Amino acid sequence: MTWSTEDMARRAAAEIPAGSIVNLGIGLPTQVADYLPEGHAWLHSENGLLGTGPFPFEGDEDPNLINAGKQTVTALPGASTFDSAFSFAMIRGGHVDLAILGAMQVSAAGDLANWAVPGGKVMGIGGAMDLAGGCRRVIAMMQHVTKKGEHKLVRACNYPLTARRVVALVITELGAFEPTGDGFRAVELAPGVTREQAAAATGAPLL
Amino acid sequence: MRHGDKVVASIAAALEPLRDDMTILVGGFGLSGNPEALIRGVVERGVKNLTLVSNNAGNLGKGLATWLQAGIIAKVICSYIGNNEDLHTRMASGEVKVEITPQGTLAERMRAAGAGIPAFYTPTGAGTVVEDGKETRELDGRRYILERALQGDVALVRAAVSDRFGNLRFWRTARNFNPVMATAAKLTVVECDRLVANGAIDPDDVHLPGIFVHRIVHVPEHENAFEYKTTRKRPS
Repeated sequence: MTWSTEDMARRAAAEIPAGSIVNLGIGLPTQVADYLPEGHAWLHSENGLLGTGPFPFEGDEDPNLINAGKQTVTALPGASTFDSAFSFAMIRGGHVDLAILGAMQVSAAGDLANWAVPGGKVMGIGGAMDLAGGCRRVIAMMQHVTKKGEHKLVRACNYPLTARRVVALVITELGAFEPTGDGFRAVELAPGVTREQAAAATGAPLL
Repeated sequence: MRHGDKVVASIAAALEPLRDDMTILVGGFGLSGNPEALIRGVVERGVKNLTLVSNNAGNLGKGLATWLQAGIIAKVICSYIGNNEDLHTRMASGEVKVEITPQGTLAERMRAAGAGIPAFYTPTGAGTVVEDGKETRELDGRRYILERALQGDVALVRAAVSDRFGNLRFWRTARNFNPVMATAAKLTVVECDRLVANGAIDPDDVHLPGIFVHRIVHVPEHENAFEYKTTRKRPS
């Protein structure tokens, strides 16, 4: 058995301290919000919203109230809106406690690559480099290996980097892993996943 | 710049100062907070070879994607392309040059331009391709990149409310890049949903002071296109 994406989101949600300011990246990390108790944390959307709430009820959606993934959202009581320069001052100034970001590769040193595949279509950087470098803690979420079976937890990234030495924890379908510099420490393995199985799927020593 | 009555009667009159080869800053995050009528007006104005500064340069064939379709852009400075196929195809063919910048650096480069700061050090992008060709410096043991201010010839801005001096208010996340771009251009043109008399906005409620605004066009109707309409079921 491995973790489902729901399990991964639940595991990531458990990393969020009460009362913290959190930015959830586009895609899988956005689902983490579904597993946070009401009022547990403040979600920051870098397009200019702090206090991001759940998707609106059908009929209440506003095209000018969106998250960074350009999905319609709501603003919770206590929310604030602001411009992009102010929003990134929050991020770059170290005021956001935690960023949970999608990833393509994470190295044993904690380097993050999540914005471009060599030779692939360039999607752009967006807020990823600012979030990865500016938030106090960074958690990466991704599948443990590529669809072709290539390692994504690696000794050194060979994809274009987003930021160096920033990832504190990687959550995959096999478990939660901490980059230590020499390799990855298995903080937790998904039920039924063996150390051998995780080690074989990891491109750096599993500690 | 004189600050008399800034309200102009038409989009065409507001955009008369545009010329070929200009750098145009356009507010919006994706399709949210776009100055829709000004975007259409630039195509009708017939200028070309523009440098466009925008977070996304349109999407879904809409908004600034129409500038790409019209072939009036030589270069785009943006942070994210995503599913913007109009930009992907023209970048691949070489028709349009694309400079991809971290989103916070994009905002800060314009904030700096608006505040008279020619360049600044930031750690964002250090040790990545963003660093290529730029000065770097170690400060207190951390590596920083020197990023240059980014000024526009013209900024096109969407506001929810404007008074006749150009004091602006924005709506929700439609604010995004609009205020910072307004500070960073030689000429700022505002498209407002609602135009009110001076004094109708309390001074404490002004989001962007009118000192940064030069021309105002009142456009009451907007499409406000959705990119991803996500909802949940209303409990019965």
